[in-house]
Amino acid sequence: MATETETPIRGMGHSVKRKEDARFIRGRGRYVDDIKLPGMLFLDIVRSPYAHATIKNIDASAALAQPGVLAVITGKDLDAAGLAWMPTLMGDKQMVLPVDRVVYQAQEVAAVVATDRYAAADGVALVNVEYEPLPPVTDPIKALEADAPLVRPDREQKTNHIWHWEAGDAARTDELFNQAEVVVKEDLYIPRIHVCSIETCGCVASFDAVEGKLTVYMTTQAPHAIRTVFSLVTSIPEHKIHIISPDIGGGFGGKVPVYPGYVIACVASIKTGHPVKWIEDRSENLQADSFARDYHITAELAAKRDGTMQALRVKTIADHGAFDAAANPSKFPAGLFSVITGSYELDAAHVEVDGVYTNKPSGGVAYRCSFRVTEAVHTIERMVDVLAQKLSMDPAELRLKNFIPPEKFPYKSPTGWEYDSGNYPAALRKAMEEIGYEQLRREQAEKRARGELMGIGLSTFTEIVGAGPSHTFDILGIKMFDSAEIRVHPTGSAIVRIGVQTQGQGHETTFAQIVAEELGLPVENITVEHGDTDTAPYGLGTYASRSTPTAGAATAVAARKIREKAKNIAAHLLEVSPDDLEWENYQFRVKGTPGKAVTMQQIAFAAYTNHPQGMEAGLEAVDYYDPPNLTFPFGAYVCVVDIDRGTGEVKIRRFLAIDDCGNIINPMIVDGQIHGGLTMGMAPALLEEITYDENGNIQQGNFMDYLLPTAMETPAWETDKTVTPSPHHPFGAKGVGESATVGAPPAIANAVVDALSHLGVTHIDIPITPWKVYKILEEHGVAES
Amino acid sequence: MIPDRFEYYAPTTLAEAINLLQQHPDETKVMAGGQSLIPLMKFRLATPGYVVDLRNVPHLDVLQERDGSLIIGAMVREARLESSALIRQRYPALLDTSSVVADPIVRNFATVGGNLAHADPANDHPAMMVALRATLLAQGADGQRTIPIDDFLVDTLETSLKPDEVLVEIRVPQPAPRSGAAYCKLERKVGDYAIAAVAASVTLDENGACTQAGLALTNVGPKAIRASAAESFLTGKPLNDETIREAAKLAAEAAEPGSDLRGPADYKRAMVRTLAARALRRAAQRATGSIAHNGNIGGGVA
Ligand SMILES: Cc1cc2nc3c(=O)[nH]c(=O)nc-3n(C[C@H](O)[C@H](O)[C@H](O)COP(=O)(O)OP(=O)(O)OC[C@H]3O[C@@H](n4cnc5c(N)ncnc54)[C@H](O)[C@@H]3O)c2cc1C
Repeated sequence: MATETETPIRGMGHSVKRKEDARFIRGRGRYVDDIKLPGMLFLDIVRSPYAHATIKNIDASAALAQPGVLAVITGKDLDAAGLAWMPTLMGDKQMVLPVDRVVYQAQEVAAVVATDRYAAADGVALVNVEYEPLPPVTDPIKALEADAPLVRPDREQKTNHIWHWEAGDAARTDELFNQAEVVVKEDLYIPRIHVCSIETCGCVASFDAVEGKLTVYMTTQAPHAIRTVFSLVTSIPEHKIHIISPDIGGGFGGKVPVYPGYVIACVASIKTGHPVKWIEDRSENLQADSFARDYHITAELAAKRDGTMQALRVKTIADHGAFDAAANPSKFPAGLFSVITGSYELDAAHVEVDGVYTNKPSGGVAYRCSFRVTEAVHTIERMVDVLAQKLSMDPAELRLKNFIPPEKFPYKSPTGWEYDSGNYPAALRKAMEEIGYEQLRREQAEKRARGELMGIGLSTFTEIVGAGPSHTFDILGIKMFDSAEIRVHPTGSAIVRIGVQTQGQGHETTFAQIVAEELGLPVENITVEHGDTDTAPYGLGTYASRSTPTAGAATAVAARKIREKAKNIAAHLLEVSPDDLEWENYQFRVKGTPGKAVTMQQIAFAAYTNHPQGMEAGLEAVDYYDPPNLTFPFGAYVCVVDIDRGTGEVKIRRFLAIDDCGNIINPMIVDGQIHGGLTMGMAPALLEEITYDENGNIQQGNFMDYLLPTAMETPAWETDKTVTPSPHHPFGAKGVGESATVGAPPAIANAVVDALSHLGVTHIDIPITPWKVYKILEEHGVAES
Repeated sequence: MIPDRFEYYAPTTLAEAINLLQQHPDETKVMAGGQSLIPLMKFRLATPGYVVDLRNVPHLDVLQERDGSLIIGAMVREARLESSALIRQRYPALLDTSSVVADPIVRNFATVGGNLAHADPANDHPAMMVALRATLLAQGADGQRTIPIDDFLVDTLETSLKPDEVLVEIRVPQPAPRSGAAYCKLERKVGDYAIAAVAASVTLDENGACTQAGLALTNVGPKAIRASAAESFLTGKPLNDETIREAAKLAAEAAEPGSDLRGPADYKRAMVRTLAARALRRAAQRATGSIAHNGNIGGGVA
């Protein structure tokens, strides 16, 4: 028999060090730019300096005369192959390379293929494009005016309006508003931001003309979906397309879409017969790849004078740029924005969103926000504070009064969601106690009396993650299940292949822990693989905090299938009936007979050497998990800020995050996700935004002006948790990758507004810059002089 | 992010460097730390045909007091200033300045000479050198000359250096008794160029009256601006809340800010007032020995 290992199992709840970190911290990660294939060529892209222009002519002769330049590919070349346009995941279409017009600045105009990247860059500088500028429109509200420039004349509908979407009960909501004792209303703008993963996008495309096979190493969060899309677009049979997503340096939603560069690189490889590498530089990534947010929201909240919240009414203009190339589930053009009623029990709600085209790059990337949940959470969490201020109530008290009570779960929300589980008062009370809420309020009052400005902000958000059940969720018709395949080897180690794709979430560790827990095999002995479409089972990829809710569940279910079979083998080994066995302490034991037990290692060996007659040999299983519902993680965040009256600077003094993501696989990894998420939540609250001038020029096209926070801007996050398991998930987990990004911005905004609330300030749009604050201080005569 | 073609030279003597500059004076760029030049070249905003790197030229890294001045060789890197005991103890305002230039990685390369020769109004050293009334030593084919800082800084990205001249060293007058200086910078995030910054330098007499004041502003005009009216106002007066407030107001009036991504013009002007008051207070504290001669002061420290 196989030798028994002393190694502990370290399944659920262990802070196992990340298996992937050994190679990352030793510089042995393998990212797309590390892939070098023999004969590989390099592709670089000519981009439009104009936001809106017709292309009169493209003259590539000087570039082609440059040593090392082998080809220049234009929209006309692609058009001949029917590839000048490609479908987006949202049912729109998008230019790969333009034939006659550009619709945003930095749009791809032509591609240069050369023997090295320096020659390619020099070639790009030599491609002479003649443009005739057209007036652009970059403001979605202006884009809806009758005389606005038309962004997409290729469409049948000659308007910049893309779609209208709504949820909830309009009539009932209006009725409650008409009768309401108190109504508060605010306009909120959630600015355009960019994911800015450390690794930019890129690929190495290699077409083998003999085999007719296309292999693409690419930075994608969803390799299988990409394979299917590529097959549909190029009509290369799907089994002849091999997508490999190696180590990915951050995705955050920005690596779900298909960018033109990927398609052009594939065409370039087919055309030249060589592998072709395309790697964006930092500015290209920031200026041209899909953006997030950009929601213009008007929100109203109706309540009784005693603070009972009754109804929410929201109208939104969504700026999608020139193509609706978001990566939401198909039936959700505005993502899961309708979770906007948040953690509160409301009688009714009505939410409307209108998608609009502008001369900007595509918007709508789900930047670490599930799908549009950041926008939703910011709205409701701000509005609750606005209401508290109007009623002169403490914002914590108002929240506690209106929370969905724990006993009402599963809770049906007025926009149609069924929240699986939650205990909001417990999380908020824990946060208030740990931060010393009452004491901070006293300190604030004393400081105010002395003219000093300090604020305390809360955010008690509800997330919605784990898309999703097949009855509602699909992408281009592909249902949003996810998958796992487990094989246990004879000596009791195992390989797990999953349909989701890590970009830093630590799947190689956490998925091994799931299997360790379910099968009683040491975590060290379990390998996790993903990202290779020739070997991994089909899955929709990692984004929207869906890996644990979907593929994590599939992994547990597949492991349980293995355990069922293992039980029969155990019965055979112990010469008892399977009914006499119990699974306890990671072993099958004969009930009532201490000492009579077999481990999974012993069973695994037997599965290949001594399996019962009539039973298939081997120990493996596959599961495609269709989640019965989404999961609803939540949290209670408290932020304490001090404001410098001489400069308007906001300093985060403390930030406490209480998170509840159900049962936890690896607390250290969850903590890491929350720390990173909080920093990414602070960023748009205080620093990041992308704006355009009237000519459509991006104003923050590099890291000098796009203000990514560093460790220096990041406060010392304080974290803690409550645990409310998901009742429908196989091991009670929810998702956590995005909670902090979603929950943090309103806590910060609420803290700043709280610091200034005695001056009558009710709202400040993010990012809250020092000059926005200083202007308020000056207007109210409280700036330091 | 890939520069145009260029030829690279790393001469080992100053004479050789100057000789190289003379060959293609309009197409050649001197490179010190490269932290301004290389980004410009990578964006192809600068496309020099020739780059002359000073890294191997000897004697450009002196850092010592001599003949009544602190001598800073043109190739002294920011990191060197930061770790120097001499700077920490005797010239804490230079430490204030150095430690808010960019980030530690950039400061390992970036030089004080490059910071001045680049003459970007957003660079931090020019205003400090204006407040301290530094003199620069340049060498060209025709020999050496000294240039007062006010004459050196001509306009945005423009100095009075001739195309074949190399900046060799910076001379900062040694502080007289009861002198103090400080640099206060407000930035959007660490490593950023200033929204605004103010350099202040004061010398007091035995009665606490100001015998000499230097006040200069970063990134609120085409070049580092000397706030002359504020300087004259302070001369002969004690430094107290009232005089500091008035000098800060005069400094703000000297600013010529524009509106951009670092904030609207009126905000920047107001910030000059806030930062001037803070810098003057810190300089006065240093002059009277009422605070330790080190530590960073950012915009946020009252
Ligand atoms: C991310 C980043 C952030 C930054 N933030 C700041 C900041 O906050 N504050 C700040 O002040 N600076 C900042 N800088 C600029 C940095 O300090 C520069 O390096 C410095 O301004 C120039 O110094 P250098 O040695 O790198 O010069 P280089 O880049 O090598 O040269 C700059 C210019 O000066 C000329 N030059 C250099 N030395 C001589 C010489 N001896 N004689 C004649 N001409 C010469 C060069 O020809 C060139 O035109 C930042 C840079 C980066 C990359």
